[in-house]
Formats: sequence, structure tokens, C-alpha cells
Amino acid sequence: MPSKIPAQPSGERASWGLKLGAFGAILFLHIPMWLIFLYAFTTDESAYTFPPPGLTLKWIPQAIANTAMQDALFLTIRVAALATAAALVLGTLAAAAVYRHDFFGKEAISFMLILPLALPGIVTGIAMRSAISLMHIPFTFWTIVIGHATFCVVVVYNNVLARFRRSSNSMIEASMDLGANSFQTFWNIVLPNIGTALLAGAILAFSLSFDEVIVTTFTAGNQQTLPIWIFSQMLKPRNRPITNVTAMLVVLITALPILFAQRITAGHSDSEGGSK
Amino acid sequence: MLNRLSTYFYLRPRVVLALLLLPPLLWFLVVYIGSLITMLINSFFYLDGFTGKVIHEFTLATYAKLLDPTNLQIFRRTTLMAACVTVACVVIAFPLAYFMARFASPRMRTLLYLAVTLPLWSSYVVRVYSWKLILAQEGIISWFSRLIHIDWLLDLYLKLPGIGGPSLSVSATGIFLVFVYIWLPYMIIPIQTALERVPKSLLEASSDLGASPSQTFRTVLLPLAFPGVIAGSIFTFSLTLGDFIVPQLFGNSSYYIGKAVLVYQGTAGNIPLAAAFTMGPIVIMVVYLLIARRLGAFDAL
Amino acid sequence: MSDDKAIEFRNVSRTFPVKQDNLIGEVKAVDNVSLEIHNGEFFSLLGPSGSGKTTSLRMIAGFDRPTSGQILLYGQDVSNLPPYERDVNTVFQDYALFPHMTVGENVGYGLMIKKIARSEREKRVDEMLDLVQLLGFSGRKPAQLSGGQRQRVALARALINHPKVLLLDEPLGALDLKLRQQMQIELKAIQKRVGITFIFVTHDQEEALTMSDRIAVFNQGRIEQIGSPAEIYEHPLTQFVAGFVGVSNLISGDTARRITGSDVQFSIRPEKIHLDAMDGRPDPETFSAEGKVRDVIYLGLYTRYLVDLNGGGDLVVVEQNLKTTSMDVMKAKGQNVRLSWKKEHASYLGG
Repeated sequence: MPSKIPAQPSGERASWGLKLGAFGAILFLHIPMWLIFLYAFTTDESAYTFPPPGLTLKWIPQAIANTAMQDALFLTIRVAALATAAALVLGTLAAAAVYRHDFFGKEAISFMLILPLALPGIVTGIAMRSAISLMHIPFTFWTIVIGHATFCVVVVYNNVLARFRRSSNSMIEASMDLGANSFQTFWNIVLPNIGTALLAGAILAFSLSFDEVIVTTFTAGNQQTLPIWIFSQMLKPRNRPITNVTAMLVVLITALPILFAQRITAGHSDSEGGSK
Repeated sequence: MLNRLSTYFYLRPRVVLALLLLPPLLWFLVVYIGSLITMLINSFFYLDGFTGKVIHEFTLATYAKLLDPTNLQIFRRTTLMAACVTVACVVIAFPLAYFMARFASPRMRTLLYLAVTLPLWSSYVVRVYSWKLILAQEGIISWFSRLIHIDWLLDLYLKLPGIGGPSLSVSATGIFLVFVYIWLPYMIIPIQTALERVPKSLLEASSDLGASPSQTFRTVLLPLAFPGVIAGSIFTFSLTLGDFIVPQLFGNSSYYIGKAVLVYQGTAGNIPLAAAFTMGPIVIMVVYLLIARRLGAFDAL
Repeated sequence: MSDDKAIEFRNVSRTFPVKQDNLIGEVKAVDNVSLEIHNGEFFSLLGPSGSGKTTSLRMIAGFDRPTSGQILLYGQDVSNLPPYERDVNTVFQDYALFPHMTVGENVGYGLMIKKIARSEREKRVDEMLDLVQLLGFSGRKPAQLSGGQRQRVALARALINHPKVLLLDEPLGALDLKLRQQMQIELKAIQKRVGITFIFVTHDQEEALTMSDRIAVFNQGRIEQIGSPAEIYEHPLTQFVAGFVGVSNLISGDTARRITGSDVQFSIRPEKIHLDAMDGRPDPETFSAEGKVRDVIYLGLYTRYLVDLNGGGDLVVVEQNLKTTSMDVMKAKGQNVRLSWKKEHASYLGG
């Protein structure tokens, strides 16, 4: 640069100390995840020795064939699928109500929906445990689903509402103006426009449910979802190699869809921004 | 015919609103608010020590139990832990948030943002599990300290009362490290957002008026980042207060709020006490929010 | 005959609740408006923002319903019909194109809803795209088009159903001046070709004057005046119209009495005023006043003079530079002059 603008605040470029701090924080966030991947292949069966004495692929088929792990996995998937479905319906309805209408207490809706996610999980957990105990509700598959759906609603709601707010206000009017009734408008215009937001919301809700331990601890009784199974394995390690592999699988199952969800929502805002 | 139904609704927007709002509202009022109310009710019941049954009679005795020295100690220990975790998160998060908001190119910023949010969304239990591997006696930290010949320092540290233990994996320090790791993204993002909102012209104005870079940083940037720090601290503080997984896995026998709640409702079957205990973090958080508001943390939001 | 009336407003009002300082009140967006729009007219609703013109348009389209009064479309009361049951189509201010559909799908949307066969649909879409000079753009997405092109797509989409009335909500507002002027001419030509009643909302008086057969000037929820562009321009009936449409000299009080002999307020357009030297006598068929040129602004096509009247008040006068140059006109500054205009060019204002 031929002439530098004088007195740039804190300099044009980051100092080495700052860069080191930033880079360090990123490493701190990510190195533990890499270790998960490393330990899935260790030959060490009884301890967490570092560096691993040897590497092997033999635990992967064993982990996949493990019936306790399989049961937990399938239970988790069924819970997450149903919780996501419920969250999709409830979240979309709430978003549509807040976007299209004015009513008393509108601001309170967002607040109420985010509460289960914002308050410590233990509050939601013990609250539901209290209800289960007071009403003599038996622990079932459904108690888990209901608990999960409750804190998943808000991610769908946020995604769909954001998309509504970014879409042209008059699109729905335009469709009705051209002869489409409310149902045709919903099917032809609204649904295609919120489609990716629904998908992204569904993915986030699914992985939120897939990972949850705290609320589940209070609503599951003796049933073991995958996170609870891993938790119990950590408390009393019986089969470390299987746990290691399962941990890696969980990372893959949750991280990849999240990356995908980020992509579809980011892609949408890019194309919209570009057209304006 | 659908057209007629559609027209019926079109002319009655209030009916549509009711139909849209009813399912989510009903769900939340019954399932969530209803549960919170039963928790409140339960906290006024008590457990009969002999029969092990919950007696459905109004009493304040359960709340009085919270004032036992052991239980007070649990509240103190947990709040102290939450405070330490929050401070550590601010210290680690600030340079990264500052770098992201001020110096990173747009592309770099997107990448960093992804790098920060990905752990947030990926499995909580597995992220905790990874520290079981790291902190284990035979794990990477011990190996590394031997590698650079400071294992004597580590041993010395573990002998310290209160924060040490047989290994990092079974110590208050272990709990602290895992908490910082788990909640760090919740601190980075609000600070980054707050810093990003500071207009560049403001910084230039400050240096124009003769402030040195460090003065600008202290007098302009830090106060403006403060709301972000508070927003982040609400997460780190509240999440630490309510967590039972980490103390269960890494601590010694000392209880934290979450762990106490878990044990009371589980093995002890004392749901009233567990419910009353849960009021603890709620009250602490309300007080915390009030102080934050007093300090003007929400003015800029 | 009632068939001649495309749209009729009968005492239409629309109030909205407003909340201010925790008090719930009402604002009258449209206040007891009666109006007739004839078949095949190019009719403009002109007014500043918040004057009620857009609310009126939305009530014709069916997006909004009157609080009281009736709206008739070719004699049928449509006040409480939803948009999809009215034979009216709209070109929106932001075009409201469906981003997930191609241009062809956008234009053909109305036909698809009517379940017209694909082959027929495609034929008519092409006809419409031809009409708006976008033939061959059928496969593109709205995001790939320029502002002017999107506008044409919106027009084609609204026209394909052959509505009885086409509503246009400030459709040219987002375009730059050149494109806007070109589209004004084109819109007018398209209206002639399709023969549909156009109702055009705008806040741009020049646009309304250029395109309309008749104009309704809105102010604060009421209609100030309805008339042809010439009537509105030459004979504004109210102070608001005189000021909002074009530039006008407003004269009242003592100054008015000195000139016309009565203190009824009147307006006179700057270009109607003649500027003469003080010699000679005033023509009895004219009103006249004397004064001193305070300022001369040369604008190429014409010159604007600012004249202080003897005895108070001032007037703006515009003269075309037919024979004069800037050198000539500048000499007028500081001169005493006589201003005169034909008596019929003065418009007496009520209210």
C-alpha cells in the first residue's frame, strides 16, 4: 500500500497474540472431537492409553453388532422421528400465527417456546418428572417423545418464522389474487417457500432430540436411549471399545446433517440477498 | 367444496388464528407450564422418612431442608463453579470473538462461525466423553506432561486440597475444564455478535480524538462488548447450575445442584426435595438477570 | 346503464385500530368515499402516502374489506368476496413474483389454478410474454431478471386471466427515470390493446397526468377532486389539489382583492402568466398585477422568474425560451414588470 491511513484503531491486522488466542480457542473446541475418532480404532481394551498402543478396525463390526447398542439406537431414532414430527406441526402453526396475525400476548409466545431450551435442562426434566409422579403416569416411550417434542418446537418455529419474514409479504396475496383459494395457496406457494426452512428445522430438531440426556433421564424410566446408554457406559465402563466406536458414530450421525442444514439455510439467504 | 371452506376462513381471520394457535398453545400450557406447576406443587409436599412415600400435604418443611449446612454448601459450591466457568469462558472466548468480528475476512468468518457452532450442535454426551479420554490417568494430558517433563508439576497440582484429586478425571479441576469446554460456544457467539455491531466509524472517531489503540479498546470496545458478555454469561451460568452429567462423571463424591436433584428424585424417591432444590437455580438465575439488568446489560440489546 | 360502471364505491370507509401510548384508537384510512370508474378507463388514484389510495385499491382487490359501505364490480356487490372470487387482478409494488417458479410458471399460475390443459396454458403464456416483449424468457427464474423485466412478468401474470379490471399498485416506483417513462408509454399502449379497465395507484402527479383518462386525487382518506388530467391541472378545486398537482401560485386575502376585487382564494399556474414591460395598458380581458423581478433562474428549456408584487405577495412566472437566450433573460432582474393572465385561467378554490 502506498500510503497508509494514519492511526488505524488497534492496527490494520490482528496482533500475533490475538491470532494465537483465537487459534487456540478453535483448537480447544476441536481437538477433543478428533480424539474420539482416534480412540475408535485403538487396540487398548481396558484403558484410555495415549498414544494408543496400536490401531485396529475390529471394533467397528463388533459395535454395530452389539444388540444393547442397537436397541438404544433404534429407540433414539424412533423418539427423535416422532418428536421432530410433532415439533414440525406445532412450530409451523405457531410461526404462521405469529407472522400472519396480531394478537394480545404475541411477544409472550416466542418467550414461552424458547423457555424449555433456555432454562437448564434439569428444570424441564424435574418438572416433567413431577407431573409424571403426581398424575401417576407410567414411564413409556411416549413420555420421552412428549418431553423431546417440547424443547424441539422452538428450533422449527425460529427457522420457519425467519423464512416467513424474509419472503415477500404480498406473495400470498398475489396467489389468491390469481384465483387460488387458501388451500391451493398453501400447497403451491407457502409450502415450497418454507420447504428448506422446514427441512433445516427438522434436522436441527432431530439432532437435538438425538443427543438429549438431561430431560430424558427424568422421563425415560428404565428405557435407554443412545445418549443414556453412553452415559451409563461412562459411569460403569463395561465395554470401552464399543463405547468408543458408538461415540464416533453419534458424532457422524449428528454432525453431517447439521452441516447440511447450515448449507441449505445459508444457500437460501445467499440467493435471496443476491436478487435484491 | 374447498373454495367455500377457504372463503369461510378468509372472512374470519380470528377463527384461523385460533386454529393455528390452539395446538401449540395447548401443548405448551398442558405439557410444559402444567409440568412446571406440578413441580411447584410437589415442592410443598414432603417425603415420609419411614414409608418412603410422598405425603400430599402442604408444608414448608421441604424448603427448610434446603437450609441444611450440607445443602447450602451444595448451592455455594455450584454457584462458585458456575462463576469460575463463566469467567474462564469470557477469557477464552474474547480473543476469538474479537478476531472474528474485526479482522477475519467474510469467508474466514463463515468458516470460524461454523467451527464454533458445530460443537454446539453435535452430541453433548460424546463431547463430555471425549474428556474422559483426555483427563484419564493414562490419557493425553499425562502423556504430554511427561513428554515435556512437567509431570512433577501435575502431581503437585493434584495434591492441592479442594481442586485436586487422585487424577484430573476425578477432581473439581476436571469438572471445571469440561464445563468450560462444553459451554464455550455459548459465550463466543454473543460476544462476536455484540462486537460486530460496533460501527467501525466509532473506533475511528475514538482514535481521531487522540485515543491510543489500547485506550480505544478499553473505553469504547469493551463497554460495547459488555452486553454480549452478559448474554453469554447467562448461558454459561445457567447451564452450569443445572448440569448433573459432568459432576456425575468427573467429580469426587461432592454434590452439585444437578447431581443432588438427580439423586433425590431417583434413588431416594424424594421428588418434593428435588423439586424444591430445582427452585435454587431458578432463583439464582432470576437474581442474576436482575443484577445484569441493573448493570445496563440489556439496554443495548 | 350499470354496465358502464366497472367499479363503484358507495360511501366506503375503512378504519384501522391503532395503539398509541396504551390507548386504543382508530385511524380512518378511507373516509366515506364514493366513486365511479367507467368500463375501459385508465383511472389513477393519486395522492401522498397515507392518503387512502392504496387501501382503496386493496379493497377492490379483496385483500382488505370495507368497515362500512359497498364496493361494486360491474354492478355486483363484492365487498365481502375473497380475492380469488373476484374477476380482478393486481400488479404489486414489489411484483410479488413466486421465487420458486420460472417466469413461464409464474405467468401461467392463474391458468394452472383454473386447471387449463398444459398445451393451452403454454400457448397463452407465450402470447402474454409476447405482449410484454419477453418471449423466450419463459424458462428463467425471477432472480435472473432485471427490475424492468420482473415488472413485465408481473404484468403478464396479471393479464393472462383477462380480468375485468387490472389493479396496479405503484408498479413503476422501483424503476429508474428513463425506464419509468418508457414503461408509462408501454403500459398505456398495452391498455389500449387489451381494452381492460386499469386502476393505477401512484404518488407521482406527472405519471398520473401522462397516463390517465381520469384521476382521483386523495388526501387524508377522502377524495379531493375527480377529473380528467386537464381538468385537474387547469382547474384545481381545492388548495390541496392546486399544490399537489403541478406548481401553482396561491393567492388569497389582500393580494387577491387587489387583483380580482374579491378576497376569494385562487390559483394560477406559472406558465399562464405573461410578463410584460410597464409600457402600454392592461388588457381588460385579463387580470394584472405589477411588481419587480427579484430573481431569474435560467433552466434551458424555460426561465423561471420570481416577482415581488407591489403592495405585497409574490408570484412565480415561467416563460419558454422560444427566442431568448440566457443573456437576454438575465437583464430582466431588478426590472419593474406587469404580470397578466386570462381571467379564465385563474381557478377559484373552495375550502
